[in-house]
Amino acid sequence: MTDTPVLSVHDLVVEIPTRHGVLRPVDNVSYDIHAGEILGVVGESGAGKSMTGNAVIGLLDRPARIVSGEILLSGQPIQGLKRDVIRKLRGKKMGMIFQDPLTSLNPLLTVGDQLTETILEHLKVGQTEARKRAIAALEEVGIPAAAQRINSYPHEFSGGMRQRVVIALALCAEPDLVIADEPTTALDVSVQAQIVALLKRLCRERGVAVMLVTHDMGVIAEAADRVAVMYAGRLAELGPVREVLTQARHPYTAGLMASTPLASQGRKRLRQIPGSMPRLGALPTGCAFHPRCEFAQDKCRQEPGPTIDRCDGRAACWFPLTAKQEVSA
Amino acid sequence: MLAYIIRRVAQSILVLLVVGLVAFAMFRFVGDPIDNMLGQERTQADIERLREQLGLDQPFIVQYWRFLEQAIQGNFGLSYRQGRPVSDILIERLPATLELAVVSGLMALVGGIALGIFTAIRRRGVSANVIMTLSLVGVSLPTFLIGILLIYLFSVELGWLPSFGRGEVTDLGWWTTGFLTESGLKALILPAITLGLYQMTLIMRLVRTEMLEVLRMDYVRFARARGIRERAINFRHALKNTLVPVITITGLQLGSIIAFAIITETVFQWPGVGLLFINAIQFVDIPVMAAYLMLISVMFVGINLIVDMLYFAIDPRLRADRTQGGH
Ligand SMILES: Nc1ncnc2c1ncn2[C@@H]1O[C@H](COP(=O)(O)OP(=O)(O)O)[C@@H](O)[C@H]1O
Ligand code: SF4
Ligand SMILES: [Mg+2]
Repeated sequence: MTDTPVLSVHDLVVEIPTRHGVLRPVDNVSYDIHAGEILGVVGESGAGKSMTGNAVIGLLDRPARIVSGEILLSGQPIQGLKRDVIRKLRGKKMGMIFQDPLTSLNPLLTVGDQLTETILEHLKVGQTEARKRAIAALEEVGIPAAAQRINSYPHEFSGGMRQRVVIALALCAEPDLVIADEPTTALDVSVQAQIVALLKRLCRERGVAVMLVTHDMGVIAEAADRVAVMYAGRLAELGPVREVLTQARHPYTAGLMASTPLASQGRKRLRQIPGSMPRLGALPTGCAFHPRCEFAQDKCRQEPGPTIDRCDGRAACWFPLTAKQEVSA
Repeated sequence: MLAYIIRRVAQSILVLLVVGLVAFAMFRFVGDPIDNMLGQERTQADIERLREQLGLDQPFIVQYWRFLEQAIQGNFGLSYRQGRPVSDILIERLPATLELAVVSGLMALVGGIALGIFTAIRRRGVSANVIMTLSLVGVSLPTFLIGILLIYLFSVELGWLPSFGRGEVTDLGWWTTGFLTESGLKALILPAITLGLYQMTLIMRLVRTEMLEVLRMDYVRFARARGIRERAINFRHALKNTLVPVITITGLQLGSIIAFAIITETVFQWPGVGLLFINAIQFVDIPVMAAYLMLISVMFVGINLIVDMLYFAIDPRLRADRTQGGH
């Protein structure tokens, strides 16, 4: 393992021009992911988690576009590369797993077709070898009787098995980075844990860097090494998962934790953060969280929104919580 | 799957029986064939003899039974007007209609699918937008007007192509074809465009809409995320999924080409079954009309059956017998 992170994002800004002005679904986001590491990304729906992932892999839907910032893949900047070069990086260097395994697979092609197609696109192997690797990829994600199932169509698999197939597809060309966008949200609770465990195992065994997007704190606690909390397009907090979960410094993270039942926290009364996340078109001035923050002061409302590196390096907050402070009960 | 096919065949037979009833009812209730065949100068004996010859003196139910029996054997009796077996007349006329229908059907299918794909992939391009705008014209202009405009331009003004008839045809004994002579091919161009244009624009717009829909699907996104090249995404992933819903409607469209041929054949005086039917109406030539009706419905039903089978061939989800257990 080298010191160069597999993925390095610096001050990423994504904008969407609309008739009512320019929206910023991703605003000055910076983070690194190292080989063999899982970075959990949490936040409410609409916080910009998917946008960030899509921006990294180069699949932003129009009219959203990256306006500034840097994305480095193993130290190499990927902006400015030709479209076809970036396409070849997808699958080979970075893979993506989407939320819904039911719709992620082409219903008219066998899983073998889809696997070999991807392998042949990226690896210099022949048809027979590609097929062998496809079977191996299915075995690796735990599909029983892979040699037979390779000729099956997606509808012949159950939801959990389909998500395994999706993971096999994302990993079959051996990328260094995998972005998993809510990979368990659409699954039965009973198979969610299995999929998380599978991702974790693949990450350890292969040394893949994983960006695991979820709004499930339980998944984060279970799988992530570090966690990034997003709020209204910005990073609210970024740090090692133990520290962030047990000692949140950003009031929003603390609120999130207080509203999530977690085994590690014992039996505490759940509290909902008052209010809701503002729409992008109607962000408050200053810290975007201030209307909901019980620690908000004049500085929070007046000064431009805090970023992590302008604050204490972990939480984007002018007045981060200290160990003694707790969100009042 | 077998049960499904049997059910579909049974449905088709039912449809044909109903059409048969309508065709037969025409014999009984529309016009008086004797009037049409004998003209003004006739004796009572003439009338009786002809009634007997045509079977018009029998009771309703007997006539219906005989009609069905005969129809299955392809026998629709004598044309009131020409006094010859209707089946002979139809067989003479059918090649003209089929050649026209096949050429315009192929044109509509190939052109429609190709243009549909093009306009979907290049949906922001100038040429795609020009094609879409032109296609609106194609959909909204009535067929006969397109025919007349084409005749005016290419026959009257430019003098490149003939304005009526089938040109020189080659008799192969059981079939007459216009494909083998230059004048036959030239004569085919304008009618084929006239007949196929509407279907082509419909198919094109349908393919485009479906394709745009499919290109927004998650599995296309996932294919992109795996670095699959655009060509494979468009033609391997998207096109196949586009064709599933397109096939049904397209099948019906191709069926209706044969029905629409009536107008085109009239405009271009194309000697096919459509023109035959129009002339038959003028003379209330019921056997010809009935036979035409049956012929068209057999073709419709047949095309529909084929379309259903294609559905099975393309979509594995419908092929239940291939499923190897879901878990
Ligand atoms: N085409 C668009 N026009 C306007 N806003 C958009 C568009 N697409 C996404 N957004 C906004 O971008 C924000 C980020 O969305 P997303 O990244 O999907 O959130 P998450 O994945 O965290 O739930 C959301 O607030 C959403 O409303
Ligand atoms: S900056 Fe102020 S308003 Fe924002 S989270 Fe910190 S204390 Fe609350
Ligand atoms: Mg999302």
